[in-house]
Amino acid sequence: MAGARVERGTRASQLWAVGITIGLAALVAMPFWGDPGDMRLVAEMAYYLALAQLWNLLAGYAGLVSVGQQIYVGLGGYTLFYLTDRFGIHPFLAIALAGPVCALFSIPVALAVFRLRGAYFAIGTWVFAEIFLLVVSIIPALGGGSGLSLTPSIVRSISSNRAGREMAIFWMTLAVLVVVFALVYWLLRSRHGLALTAIRDSEPASASLGVDTFRTKLLIYVVTAFGTGFVGALIFLQKLRISPEAGFSLNDWTVVVIFMVVIGGIGTLEGPILGMLVYIALRELLADFGTIYLILLGAIAVAVMLKAPGGLWGWVVHRYDVHLFPVRRRLRFEKPD
Amino acid sequence: MSQLKTSSLRAFYGDFQALFDIEFQADEGETIAVIGANGAGKTTLLRTIMGQLACDRDMVKFDGRPIGDLDAHEIVGMGIAMVPEGRRLFPSLSVEENLKIGGYCGRRGSWTLERVYQLFPMLAERRDVPSMALSGGQQQMAAIGRALMSNPRLLLCDELSLGLAPVIIKDIYACLDVISDEGTTLDIVEQDISRALGIADRFYCLQEGRVSLAAPAGGYDQAAITQAYFGI
Amino acid sequence: MGWVNIIIQGGLLGGLYALFAIGLALSFGIMRLVNIAHGDFIVLSAFVAMIVSAGLGISAIASLAVVIPAMFALGYLLQRGILNLTLGSDILPPLLVTFGISVIIQNLLLEGFGADIQRLHAGAIETESVILPGGIAVGVFPLLVFVLAVVCIAGLQFVFYRTGLGRAFRAASDDPDTAELMGVDKRHIYALAMGVAMAFTALAGVLFAIRTTFEPSSGPIRLIYAFEAVIIGGLGSFWGTLVGGMILGIAQAIGAALSPTWQILAGHIAFLVVLIVKPSGLFPRTRD
Repeated sequence: MAGARVERGTRASQLWAVGITIGLAALVAMPFWGDPGDMRLVAEMAYYLALAQLWNLLAGYAGLVSVGQQIYVGLGGYTLFYLTDRFGIHPFLAIALAGPVCALFSIPVALAVFRLRGAYFAIGTWVFAEIFLLVVSIIPALGGGSGLSLTPSIVRSISSNRAGREMAIFWMTLAVLVVVFALVYWLLRSRHGLALTAIRDSEPASASLGVDTFRTKLLIYVVTAFGTGFVGALIFLQKLRISPEAGFSLNDWTVVVIFMVVIGGIGTLEGPILGMLVYIALRELLADFGTIYLILLGAIAVAVMLKAPGGLWGWVVHRYDVHLFPVRRRLRFEKPD
Repeated sequence: MSQLKTSSLRAFYGDFQALFDIEFQADEGETIAVIGANGAGKTTLLRTIMGQLACDRDMVKFDGRPIGDLDAHEIVGMGIAMVPEGRRLFPSLSVEENLKIGGYCGRRGSWTLERVYQLFPMLAERRDVPSMALSGGQQQMAAIGRALMSNPRLLLCDELSLGLAPVIIKDIYACLDVISDEGTTLDIVEQDISRALGIADRFYCLQEGRVSLAAPAGGYDQAAITQAYFGI
Repeated sequence: MGWVNIIIQGGLLGGLYALFAIGLALSFGIMRLVNIAHGDFIVLSAFVAMIVSAGLGISAIASLAVVIPAMFALGYLLQRGILNLTLGSDILPPLLVTFGISVIIQNLLLEGFGADIQRLHAGAIETESVILPGGIAVGVFPLLVFVLAVVCIAGLQFVFYRTGLGRAFRAASDDPDTAELMGVDKRHIYALAMGVAMAFTALAGVLFAIRTTFEPSSGPIRLIYAFEAVIIGGLGSFWGTLVGGMILGIAQAIGAALSPTWQILAGHIAFLVVLIVKPSGLFPRTRD
């Protein structure tokens, strides 16, 4: 009789962990070997990946398909600009505060939009994003429609020279990416992860088994807002300028992020990585052809949803049965010797 | 030639095989009972005949024509109708609208709104109320009437007695006699063996997706049925 | 006096919003499908009308004779070819597919027509007005749009509750599998419903583009207006949708009277108030 044991790690995931550590170390050292243009691209990839992973947690794991995550990107950015400008707070501290501020704002938003189900939830979050955009546009202290810039003295407080500043922001972006991954990974491996899977599969059934679906969803929504705000603050620290249109941009902070997750494989931790790479590759390759890359991305996302809802990563798993971030518990039968 | 015939009929729910090589046939005007325990495959058999569950083209033949690959909405037009388990009236339609949608496929024949109301006078009185305002027995009558509106030559009835009081079940079975007298073939799935056998010419007993007994309904052997029903 | 005028103008604008909302309400009511690209189809219709009226040298209103059937056909094929594949218990596929379509339409229009602001022309009717008793001037065109909205909703109401097609729509909405047992081909019925939804969308799009300017990126906010009208009115009620549209229009008119920057925000606030006080809307009919 063969024995059985429950395991999570796989050979591939262990190799992957080693590979990731080496890759990350190389990236951390990038200021010493890469040129500034490449570093900016890597930083952009990092924050997009962080946004994608957060949206994936929300939509892919908790079933909350939000089209309004730009609320927290913009709000995070404005928190940075407002706190540094108004109260002279150091930018690093302001970035740290962007997460909690967004989490705070996300609670009333959640209480309103959670009254809508499914697709109407999606449009409801979108309406809120419009509301945030309009409200911020009429607040003079936030610069109204034209927005705010970081003053030179604040910029200098990060580092006295440009290279030092770029290095600091680059490292912070990498750190945020790692933190976001760790957060999502930890959440999914915790008991909340199981509750999420149960809710995604059947909300009434999981409720009857004692899963508090409302609280679990609220938790995920608030955590996601927290992370997204954090990333948003960093994004606009790099841009040095924010306006309502840029901060609460549906296209930049939600549309492309959704496409990344869908193309890579929604509901998997690996998928957003692939999706982000596809997005960046298409955008760079088709940079001279206007918005063709968006049309192509949209078409690929539609095709993926229709023909292979598991996305690129789903195809890889189906083909090779590899799992790089083992969040599932797997039952392994040991071969009798 | 039999009106309905299945040959080596197999059906699946995903990877789960629910029916194994079913050989089933019904002649024009016959009343057939299909009995068996819960999960034996009775409803699955009806759903497969009706085109709600996929099977191979040649596994089901109606008047000798293969219909296994057709969809339910196509099969209705050929003269097969089903009274689904649990009645499944349309809640946002009134009683009369439920009957009218039963005639959606446009098959002509002797059944009209007036004749259905003749058969079930109680429905005529309540024709304008929402279908969910009817009692359970009246809902079952409306479901039968709705199926008749397509003027079927073969009527599939799934668990007509489910959740109804014995006196109402008796009324409903009395109506089945009227329908059968029109020359309509009836396939009746029932848990209530004696009720089903009381009206049927022949019966099939299913057990775990296979036909365990097929025999004339009159003068059956109680022990043989128990054996076929429970497999003990 | 001023306020009466504002409420009348806002209420008339609500007719246009109700027309925006009909397509969304229909596709949700019958196939539980929320078409995220709805606003982009409104704008697409306006562009199609622009090409047709320029190509044939006819007014934008006359171009409806081409645009409505064209959009009906597009809706039918879209549902039959793509959207039917996304229906099921999982809400993600329809949502993400229509989301993708939305982005595709917007960017195709952008590539084809540039980001310029466009407008359709319908001749003198655009500027004519009538004086109501009490001395309030009302534009003929907004009045016409409102009357059309009422006629459309009355027509839909009739088709839905008095005809065989309407019964099939409602049956397929209640229980598609059982509707199949009645001979209703749900793929065809769904495609017809999307065709009808798109025909109303075409009408709404052309009227909208005569009333105000449009550009390729005008769609999403129209989806939001349509959505707000549907939610305020209550899911599944056509007349409720008209009331929802009027409330939205009046809220916007009041907001605009206070300050131009408050116009759209005031509409969103009206929506939020209804969502918080009565989440099922004012005249709910279906539950999902």
